Amino acid sequence: MFACLHLHDLADIHQARLLDLAGVFSPRVEAAAPDAVVLDLEGLERLWGSPGELAEAIERRARDSGFPVRVAVAGNPEAAVSAARGFPGVTVIPEGEEAARLAVLPIGILSPPPELAETLARWGIRSFGELAALPEAGLSERLGPEGVVLRKRARGAGDRLLAPAAAAPVFRERLDLEHPVALLESFSFLLARLLGDVCASLESRGLAAVELRLGLELEDRSQQERSLRLPFPMRSPPALLKLLQLDLETHPPGGAVTAVTLSAEPAAPRLLQQELFVPPAPAPEKLEWTLARLARLAGEGQVGAAEVLDTHRPGAFRMKRLESIDAARRGSLPKPDGPQRLALRVFRPPLEAKVEASVGRPSRILARGLGGEVTASAGPWRSSGEWWTADPWTRDEWDVALGDGALYRIWRDRRKGGWFVEGRYD
Amino acid sequence: MPPALLALRSRFPNWQPQPAAELVSTGIAQLDALTGGLPRGSIAEICGPPSSGRTSLALAIAAAATGRREICAWVDTSDTFDPATAAAAGVELDQLLWIRCGGRPPAALAAADQVLHAGGFGLTVLDLGDLAPRLVRRIPLTSWFRFHRAVERTPAVLVVLAPEPCAGSCSSLSLDLKKPRAIWTGGPGPGRLLRGLVVEAHPRKPARGESARFEARAAG
Repeated sequence: MFACLHLHDLADIHQARLLDLAGVFSPRVEAAAPDAVVLDLEGLERLWGSPGELAEAIERRARDSGFPVRVAVAGNPEAAVSAARGFPGVTVIPEGEEAARLAVLPIGILSPPPELAETLARWGIRSFGELAALPEAGLSERLGPEGVVLRKRARGAGDRLLAPAAAAPVFRERLDLEHPVALLESFSFLLARLLGDVCASLESRGLAAVELRLGLELEDRSQQERSLRLPFPMRSPPALLKLLQLDLETHPPGGAVTAVTLSAEPAAPRLLQQELFVPPAPAPEKLEWTLARLARLAGEGQVGAAEVLDTHRPGAFRMKRLESIDAARRGSLPKPDGPQRLALRVFRPPLEAKVEASVGRPSRILARGLGGEVTASAGPWRSSGEWWTADPWTRDEWDVALGDGALYRIWRDRRKGGWFVEGRYD
Repeated sequence: MPPALLALRSRFPNWQPQPAAELVSTGIAQLDALTGGLPRGSIAEICGPPSSGRTSLALAIAAAATGRREICAWVDTSDTFDPATAAAAGVELDQLLWIRCGGRPPAALAAADQVLHAGGFGLTVLDLGDLAPRLVRRIPLTSWFRFHRAVERTPAVLVVLAPEPCAGSCSSLSLDLKKPRAIWTGGPGPGRLLRGLVVEAHPRKPARGESARFEARAAG
């Protein structure tokens, strides 16, 4: 037997509450429609009594909770839903009597498609009983499969299986420690245990983690949270442990830890097929450790791929994460042959310089670590831009060769004054 | 074959000579013709004074490597790498891991070590070009042996940019770049342009009597 809880005044919060209410009575609950949930009553007799008593109990509980519902019990989910929508209060339909009891209900309860509803109205079919009385073959011929399904529902027949609503799985583990742990090395053992549990849980559902959140409760009752966004879904405990260790070494807890919570954001695992003719690349997990270690060595934001910005401002670039190596490599093609470009080694920040000029051209330069007579020069090349922003730039550039043969690019700031060495050609 | 070598061969019948290292293009045809290219699984040094074209040559090598769809790394000791120049030279920046070490040679050596031991990087450039020669000489030989052990028998190439040779016997190829010769268009005065540099690379190891010469053109 199946019971249906139907709510007239529909709202999202109510459907969630309906599901909660139904979950109190049966472990198998289906969200059949936005306004109805269906319970499987199989095996609940010893706990709640007869289906009628159970339906009364549900109705009473809902009324006490402040949202009165209609409850109907029938031999299949479809009949239960129709009865709950059609009859007020509590309705119990014994198995086999569905067609007779539902016959008086108006056809609108079945929510037929508008064209079908219009056709049925033209035929003068207004109730379940009238629709159920029509011959199946003729209905199929005139209305197609939809008409047959509608007739079946009007007769209170149905053999579909319940699709129970499953709560979204939570991948979260917590560990309360008897003694505060201050050393990262000892803490790693605890992390390994939590990660093992979380990864096993992910694996059992065919999922992987795309983000790890580590919550730490410290001895001074403060809380600290770290979030580790992974570039692709992973579920290998050793790889994740190394990444967490590296993150904790960079951002150590502010004190001894008394409780740890580790949660994972699930995602479908990455499926990757190696290509035959693509040169080998760093293994994704290993690349992540390497990037994390390099970031610890060089500093945050100092490791990644460079992206030249779409602006005329000299030297404009930004660092971005070395994202997906596979995607990057698929897009690239061999470059056509061309002349080799002269490289510039940029001084960051530009070196302030003292420049002596003769007949309008630099004749001598002095800056930190370099200086001398200018033996050859080209310029000035004037450029400016972003005058509409708070940080405009305008400058005169020169390429100069010094006595030792080294070539430099220097520039004069036309707005603030002053000379700078931008870099050395090499 | 000398009798002593024959006797040794008879004692080790399963011994096989090590196959010659695969050579990959430097991206400069003249240099490839002279040296055959860069041997995989080895260290190559590019040495020379400032403005001798070391970085231009390294960018050509990186452009060739990314063109082969390899993943590369640039360990930038002095934070002087210019992405715009690299992109203009044909380097696929999405395939280049740039590690900015902020003028700290120990961090650069450690970073190079991490990259080489991670594996999978086709080319790693260790840029020591702006360090004073005395600082480069201070790098312990053990570091170079460690790098050599990390790259040997792998398809990786470690290219070292330095003011002077520093890897000793660990390097398989050492290029000495001569003092630069700039090419200017027109005479002194307005409208003059730096057209580029003539780069002259002389193989110090393996020794060759001749040198390769190519032009590195300025953008624009």
